[in-house]
Parts: sequence; C-alpha cells; structure tokens
Amino acid sequence: MRSIALPSIAASLLLLGSPAEAAGTHVVSDAPLQITIPAGEFASVLPPAPGVKTVRVAAFRLDHTPVTNEQFARFVARHPEWRRDRVPRVFADDGYLSHWKSATEIEPGQRNQPVVHVSWFAASAYCEARGARLPTWHEWEYVAAASATEPDGRKDEQWRQNILAWYSKSARQPLPVVGKTPVNYYGVHDLHGVVWEWVDDLSAMLVSNDNRQQSEPDTLRYCGPGALSMEEKENYATLMRIAMLSSMQANYTSKTMGFRCASDLGPKQERIHEPLR
Amino acid sequence: MNLFVKLLLCSAVACFAEPASQAAPSDPPESIYHLQARLTNQAGQVHGLDVYRGQPVLITMFYGRCPMTCPLLIDTLKTIERHTSAEQRARLRVLMISVDPENDTPAALHRLAKQRRIDLTRWTLARADEKTVRKIAAVLGIRYRKLPNGAYNHSSVITLLDQNGVVVARSSEIGKADQAILMQLK
Repeated sequence: MRSIALPSIAASLLLLGSPAEAAGTHVVSDAPLQITIPAGEFASVLPPAPGVKTVRVAAFRLDHTPVTNEQFARFVARHPEWRRDRVPRVFADDGYLSHWKSATEIEPGQRNQPVVHVSWFAASAYCEARGARLPTWHEWEYVAAASATEPDGRKDEQWRQNILAWYSKSARQPLPVVGKTPVNYYGVHDLHGVVWEWVDDLSAMLVSNDNRQQSEPDTLRYCGPGALSMEEKENYATLMRIAMLSSMQANYTSKTMGFRCASDLGPKQERIHEPLR
Repeated sequence: MNLFVKLLLCSAVACFAEPASQAAPSDPPESIYHLQARLTNQAGQVHGLDVYRGQPVLITMFYGRCPMTCPLLIDTLKTIERHTSAEQRARLRVLMISVDPENDTPAALHRLAKQRRIDLTRWTLARADEKTVRKIAAVLGIRYRKLPNGAYNHSSVITLLDQNGVVVARSSEIGKADQAILMQLK
C-alpha cells in the first residue's frame, strides 16, 4: 500500500491507476456500477403508518453489488480520518475494519469480498464521498423483492426457498466475493445471500419509546411469533433484516454487515420512468 | 487526456473536502462533538453541535408541531432545571434540535420559545438539514420516523453531555427529573 503522506496526489494516483488506464484501456473501478431502478409502488413489510399498505418509491440508482474491501480501502486512503487507528469511537466501535491486515492494507483474498466491520457512519461517509448516499430501507426492500424475472417475486415459492436457505447457513463460512449471485429483475446482485446491508434511515427502523400510539413498531420490538402483520410468512427473511437493523446502533460494526450506495436521479430522468406492471 | 485531467481535478477536490470532524484535538474519542453539523438557531444564527462546548448540556430532539410528547419534553427539561442549585443552573445549557426542518424554521422556533417562555440566554432551539438530523439522531441513539400525515414518531430521550460532548447520562423519563441526570449534575 502506498504512503498517504501526500494525500491529494497519492489518492489521485490510487484512484486512477495510470493515465493509460484512465484513457480507457483498463479503468480500475473505485465504486460498483450503478443500475437505474424505475419508480413504483409495493407492499412493504414495514408500512409507513398503521393502515397504510403501499409505499411509493421514486426512481433512483443503486450499486449493482455491495462495496468491496478494495473499494473501501481506496476511500480510506483518501480520507485517512476513517482509518481504524484514527476514527473516533463515537463513529465506529472497536471492531471497525478489524479484519484488515493493517489500518490501510487488506489481505489479498479480501479484495473482492464485500467490506464488513463498517459502521453506519463510515458507510455513509464512503457514499457521500462519491456524491451518493445509502439507500433508504424502502428503496432496499423494493429492489430486494424482485426475483430474477419479476419486480415482485415474493409470492414465488422457489425464490423464497432459495433466500431462506441462505439465512439458515452458518455465518462461519468465509464471505463470498461480490457479483456471483444471479442478477435480479433490475440487474442487481447480492441483495440476498451475501451480507446484511446498512440503510440510510437506520434511525427510522424502530421507534421504541415514544408515548403515542404506534402499534407496528411496537410489535416489531417483540419480534417473534406475531411480529408485525405477519400473515405472510414469505416475508420472514425481510423481517430478519429489519430485526437486525433495528438492533444496531450507528457506530456498531459486525462481520456480516456491509453496504451499497444509492443516488438520486435528476428531475429530467425521473420524468421518463415507466410505471411497473 | 482531457478526461484524465478532469478526473484528477475531481479527485483532488474530494481530497480537499472538509474532514468529517471539526472537533478540537483534545476531544475524547466518545465525544459527539466529532460530528460536523451545521445548525441554525431560533435567531437564524449558524453554529455547530458544540455551541455550548465547555458546559454541561441537556440535548434532545423534538418537533414544533408535536401535540403531546414535545410540550412534555420541554416541561421535563424545565423540571430538571428546577431541581438543580442556582450555581448548577447557571452553568447548565439546553439544546433542542428539531427533526422537522421543513416546518421548524428559525421564525417558528422563535415563536415556540416565546410561547413556552424559554430563556434563550441558556437554551437554544435549532434546526438542521435532513441529512444532518439523521446523523445527530444517530450519535444520540434517537429513533424517529416521518409519518405520511407529516407528523413524526420519535423517541423522547434527554441526554446529558459533559463539557467535552461526552454522553454522561440518558433518560427516557418524561414528566419528572431523572435521578441519573441530577446525580451527574452534582
């Protein structure tokens, strides 16, 4: 790994590789490609309010894979305040990037694995450095509801079984590299079967102690039989995600929690979206 | 080549972007003052989360149009103040940050302060953009969500920070002065 004594120049070089690469022979990817997701409506397992069934999602762009260790290492090189030996505890706990070889170096085998042991603050900072953001929960859930052939595959028995099979796998197995699971309807990889993922509105995942009526978040707190309006067992995998996210504080890290980024579309692009079937 | 120059400039700009923290070098690693946050108070003045650096601060999140919990939250803060000695009270500050930047303009916050007879020499009511609100809620461990009717659900938490911005007590007790907070103020 290069020294970061000259941050701006070194980082530019790190980012670009060589001028020949930038000219198009081989561009080193600094971030996953983004896929445009058309606007639409869907039934969320986390409805915005009691009695409201559908959620409308505006068109946006989403990384087609989770962010990798290599991509995150480039960010850390350019933003050394996010090195594991420099980040304040208020933004990341002791486990932050603890799987790396050093504060700036990853193990060779980790290059294309999704970055984990990252806090919500660190994930947000990476996305912001790209001019992007984390996806909201509803955006993530909307895209993750798609099977290979349908925008909403949640009623497809086989698809459900495949997903549940992953959730029942042991977390001790090494993480797979990104982009190896089949793309879904939108062309997005790895929404199931690789890692848990941070969302932008983490703080909205659970409202635990407001005094007002809030039946749904409250039942969610006692996640288990009868959680939410759980007549739909096929949503079990999604509910596990919500339970996981709602148990996380923003500076927590975990060996199975990664992320990907999203971006807003300009108003011009938003107008040309096609409504979903 | 042109593209190369553009990319180079672009990444140079990213490198010179402001760091994630404007905290003083002496701030402990747990200090929430590491968070770079741009707040605007009820008088329209811009300041950071550390507006009361050097003093103990009661910090909470609320929204002005809130019918029930937030008026109680203000009452609770006043109750805590009443339970402190004159000397403690002279040092103690209160920072209330809105989760509703759309409606809680400086003018609206100022109106609320007048209505509730808030002493603005020791209290600040502030707003921030949506992204900043999310980060402040994250460092304070406050959960909130906007409802389709424009109201918010949010956890009513009062946090006591020491002079360096480190959380020393946290309370969800509404309507009375939490002993955990009063103990820390002594």
